[in-house]
Amino acid sequence: MFIAIVVFVVVSSAGWPEVQKAFFDRQLFVDSFPEIAHAFLLNIRIFCIAEALILVFALGIAVLRGLPGPVLFPFRLLAVAYTDLFRGIPTILVIYILGFGAPALQLSGVPNSPLFWGVTALVLVYSAYVAEVYRAGIESVHPSQEAAARSLGLSRPKTLRFVIIPQAVRRVIPPLLNDFIGLQKDSALVALIGPIEAFRQSQIDVAATFNYTPYMVTALLFVLLTIPMARLTDWLIARDRRRQSAGGLR
Amino acid sequence: MSEEAAALRLEGVRKSFGPVEVLRGVDLDVSEHEVVCLIGASGSGKSTLLRCINLLERINAGRIVLHGEEITHAKNVNTVRRRVGIVFQAFNLFPHMTVLRNVTLAPREVLGKSRAEAEAEATALLDRFGLADRRDEYPDRLSGGQQQRVAIVRALAMRPELMLLDEVTSALDPELVAEVLSVIRELAEAGMTMVIATHEMSFARDTADRVCFLDAGKILEQGPPEEIFTQPREERTRQFLDRVIAAGRL
Repeated sequence: MFIAIVVFVVVSSAGWPEVQKAFFDRQLFVDSFPEIAHAFLLNIRIFCIAEALILVFALGIAVLRGLPGPVLFPFRLLAVAYTDLFRGIPTILVIYILGFGAPALQLSGVPNSPLFWGVTALVLVYSAYVAEVYRAGIESVHPSQEAAARSLGLSRPKTLRFVIIPQAVRRVIPPLLNDFIGLQKDSALVALIGPIEAFRQSQIDVAATFNYTPYMVTALLFVLLTIPMARLTDWLIARDRRRQSAGGLR
Repeated sequence: MSEEAAALRLEGVRKSFGPVEVLRGVDLDVSEHEVVCLIGASGSGKSTLLRCINLLERINAGRIVLHGEEITHAKNVNTVRRRVGIVFQAFNLFPHMTVLRNVTLAPREVLGKSRAEAEAEATALLDRFGLADRRDEYPDRLSGGQQQRVAIVRALAMRPELMLLDEVTSALDPELVAEVLSVIRELAEAGMTMVIATHEMSFARDTADRVCFLDAGKILEQGPPEEIFTQPREERTRQFLDRVIAAGRL
């Protein structure tokens, strides 16, 4: 109902014909679609690579942060400083700083491509978030599980590997996927330092035609990609809830 | 008793949690093949004592000697723990692993047994305690009594020199207590050295070689069960047993 009203108000507004022309040009939509879709493949590559790296890197940070004892305090401090820093700085700034700063250092053996540094920036930022998700999962595993494992003579690393982390990861899959949806969208930010991904391609098309329809193409592509991920997350949450009510605690 | 003869010897064991002194100088000798039951009110230190023997808690003063070898400040707690099995009140099985994997994890990862060897031994043990058909189930599909029997089997799979049982029937529905107690009785008959914290007085009377009454962090009185249960010397023991009888637990 509400949506119907909004649609009606928008469509019946005085400026609608102009907006329709500028944003919903059917011919332009069809014309610009292949190019943008092709550029979108770069987005997919960016976040697939980033996600794989984040999964591993963030787990390392989370484990570091959970290390016990006063001797390992510097490691814990390092992990805390890392998450504070990269959750604090806006993603776009990290991308700018790395994308323009790192190549300027002219380090040998390090790639200078903006794409490399863009992905690196995304990995650094999102690892800070995902590490916190992992940490919440690790802390949600009851201490008696660790006691049970340690009492059998398993070392702490093996306890983490076989008992704690498998249970923690299962519990955090839904929030993890949620963060990855955010990451998919933020892959567009990499465009700001050069690589021609979907958003950048649509900007180029817009500049060439003075029409905003290509933006709508890009928006549509992102939504289409996000929906399966969102449904998967919903399904996993629902499955977890069913399991918990069936299996009780333990 | 010489140290060589004792499977376990505790000398003046003290343990504090912050300002609270939970164990206030416990002395105890346990001979090979002996079954010692610890009785006493909640908070008297039974569980803490067992956790200290397994080095899950570090003691503040005193000595712990296992088969003539002092383990009080053992550098490698894991090598001690593989010799001392412990079963907890709440079952603490690993919920993400099948029964078989629960039982074989430590033999494989701690003792370095091959998968085939560990599984053959585990299957034999499960068979012995009537759990063979549950081998491939996940813990939440088992009854509480079955879970606790699996937990006992899991500890036994490490071939411990000493078993510590911490109120293993307290979390069970009354009708499931018997099956677990019969497992423990069978272990006692097979000559397993055990220290058992329990509220099941009739079980203690029937199975224990010796009963120790813990009160406020000390062993106040100990002796053969018939003596402790029929003619306790200490007033505190008598009061405790009267309360137990009033509650219908003896």
